[in-house]
Amino acid sequence: MIVAERKPIEEIIGFVQNCKKILIVGCNECVTVCYAGGKKEVGILASALTMAFMKEGKELEIKEVTLERQCDPEYLEELRGFIDEYEAVISLACGAGVQFLAEKYLETPVFPGVNTLFMGVTEERGVWSERCQGCGQCILGQTAGICPISRCAKRLLNGPCGGSTKGKCEINPELDCAWQLIIERLKKLERLDDYETLIPIKDWSTERAGGPRKLVREDLQQ
Amino acid sequence: MEAFQKGADGVYVAGCLEGECHYLTGNLRAKKRVEYTKKLLDEIGVGGERLEMYNIAASDGPRFAEVAREMHEKIKALGPSPIREALHKKKAA
Amino acid sequence: MNTKTPSRLEKILASGHLAVTSECGPPRGSDGEVITKKAEMIKDYVDAINITDNQTSVTRLCSLAACIRLKLMGLEPILQMVTRDRNRIALQSDILGAASFDIFNILCLSGDHQQFGDCPQGQNVFDIDSIQLIQTVRHMRDEGKFLGGDDIARPPRMFVGAAANPFADPFEIRVRRLAKKVAAGVEFIQTQCIYNLEKFELYMKQAQERGLHEKVSILAGVTPFKSAGMAKYMKNRVPGMDVPDEVVARMSGVPKEKQPEEGINICVESIQRLKEVEGVRGFHIMAIEWEEMVPEIVKRAGLYPRPKVE
Repeated sequence: MIVAERKPIEEIIGFVQNCKKILIVGCNECVTVCYAGGKKEVGILASALTMAFMKEGKELEIKEVTLERQCDPEYLEELRGFIDEYEAVISLACGAGVQFLAEKYLETPVFPGVNTLFMGVTEERGVWSERCQGCGQCILGQTAGICPISRCAKRLLNGPCGGSTKGKCEINPELDCAWQLIIERLKKLERLDDYETLIPIKDWSTERAGGPRKLVREDLQQ
Repeated sequence: MEAFQKGADGVYVAGCLEGECHYLTGNLRAKKRVEYTKKLLDEIGVGGERLEMYNIAASDGPRFAEVAREMHEKIKALGPSPIREALHKKKAA
Repeated sequence: MNTKTPSRLEKILASGHLAVTSECGPPRGSDGEVITKKAEMIKDYVDAINITDNQTSVTRLCSLAACIRLKLMGLEPILQMVTRDRNRIALQSDILGAASFDIFNILCLSGDHQQFGDCPQGQNVFDIDSIQLIQTVRHMRDEGKFLGGDDIARPPRMFVGAAANPFADPFEIRVRRLAKKVAAGVEFIQTQCIYNLEKFELYMKQAQERGLHEKVSILAGVTPFKSAGMAKYMKNRVPGMDVPDEVVARMSGVPKEKQPEEGINICVESIQRLKEVEGVRGFHIMAIEWEEMVPEIVKRAGLYPRPKVE
C-alpha cells in the first residue's frame, strides 16, 4: 500500500489561514491503513484546526468527508454537489488522490494534508517500510523475492557494497542490508550459487527516469 | 480533542494500574494515544500539559481523590485554556 | 609480454614484479598545485597513483582533472570512478576523456553513500553498479563500442581495476563477490586496508581455492595509523573496517609522540607478512593526508627502487 504521514499542523494551518469555510476529505484506503488520512484522522485534524483558529479569535467552519478512494473518478464525483460552497479543500489522500481531486475541481484550491512516502508494507502495527519503487521491470524472481532497487540504499544489482556491516546498511545501523537478506534467502533456498550470476545493466526507461508513466489496457477501455 | 474543543481547561484519562488492565493492554495503548495527543495539543498551542494520563486501581478511592486534587491544582496554575477564552469572547460578542 | 594496454601498472604485474600504488586525495578547492606537490613526494616510490573520486561523498576537485595533471607530469594515474554521481552517459564520456589523455588505468567503484558527505540532501545516481562499470569499460575497450551499440572512434585502452573488501559482511560472500568481479572482467584489485592479517590470509586462501588469484592481480591495501585515536576511529566509525584490538592496543601502548612511528612500524611489518601470502601481487598504500610517509614505507618494506619497464 501507499504509506503516508500527516503533515505538521503548522504547515496545514498556513495553507488555510485566511479561510473561513473549508472541506477536509479523507480516503478509506491506504491512508486509513497507515492512520494518516482516514475518517478518524480527518476528525482529529478538523478538531485541531478549529482549536488553532479559535485561539487566534478566528472562526473556521469545517465539513468532514471521507471518500472510498480519491484515485477513482466516481468517488470524487460525490463532492460535486457541495464543493463550491468551500473556499479550500485539504485532502488527506496520497499524492495521487490529492492531484486527482484537484484535477476534477479546477476552481477550488486543494492542499495536501499528508506527506506521501512510499509503497510498502505493515511490518507490525505502527511500523511501515518501503518495498517497491515501481521500476516497471520486476526482478524479484532473480533476487529470491527481495528487491535490491527499493531496499538497497545504492540500488546495487550486484551487491553488497563494502560498507555492509553485520547485516546492516552503512547509512543506518537499523536498516537491513538488502543484499544480506538476499544472500540469506538464497542460502535457505539452497541457491547460493545463483548469487554469482551477474545481473546486467538495468533498463531504467520504464522507471521515473523514462518520464511520467501511463498504462493503457485497450481490452478494458469503454 | 473534542473535550478541549468544547472548552475544557484540562482533561485526564484514568486507566488501571499497568499489568492489571481488564483488557490486558488497553491502558498501555491509551497511554501511547495520550502521548500522541499531548504533542498535537502542543502543536496547536493549547498545551499538552493540560492532558494527562493516570493509572489508578478501580477500588482505590483515595488515590482517585488525590489525582483529582493534583490535576485541579495543575490546571488552576495554568489558567483557563485559550479555547475556553475564545469561546467566552465569542459569547460576549 | 602479454599485456592488453600500455598501462605501466599492467606491465609491472605482467613481468612478475610486486607492484606498488598509492593515492592522492584532491583538494577541496581549485588549486591543482596541491596534487602536483603530493605526487612529487611519492612519484619515485610507486608505479601508479590513484586519484580518489569525491571520496566519502565529500565534494572535491574531480578525479579526471587531477589524473590529467598527473599524466602531464609524466606520471601514471589510476582514475577512480564511482557510480554514485554519474549516469552511464557521463561515465562513458569521462572514460573517453581520460583515454584522450592516455590515462591507462581505472578503478571501478560504487561509492560511499552521499549521506556521509557534505551534500546529504543530494540525489544519487547509481545508474549502474561497480560490477556493471567493469563490464562497461571492458566492453568499450575490447569491443570498441558504446553501451548503446555504436562504434567508438579510438576506443579507450584501460587496465581495469576494482576494490575488494575482505572485511565487510558477510565474510562468506566476499570471495564470491571477488569471483563476480573477475567474471565481469576485472584485471586488478586493490583491497581495503588490512589490519586483521589472519582474516585476510583466510580470504586469500579461499580465493586461491577457486583459482582467482591467478585470474586477477590482487594488491593488498595498507594504511599507517598516525595515532591511537585514528586507530580507534577507524575501528569504530568506519563501515567495513576490521581493526583487531591488539593493533589498537599496540598504538595506545606507546606515548603520543611515538605513535606515528609505531603506526609506520605496524604498516611495514604488515607488508612484510603480506609478501608471503600467495596471490598478493603488490601493495596499495593509502597514507591519507600523510603522503610524505610513503617513501619511508616503500623503502623499509624493501620495495625501492621501483622497477623500470618499457
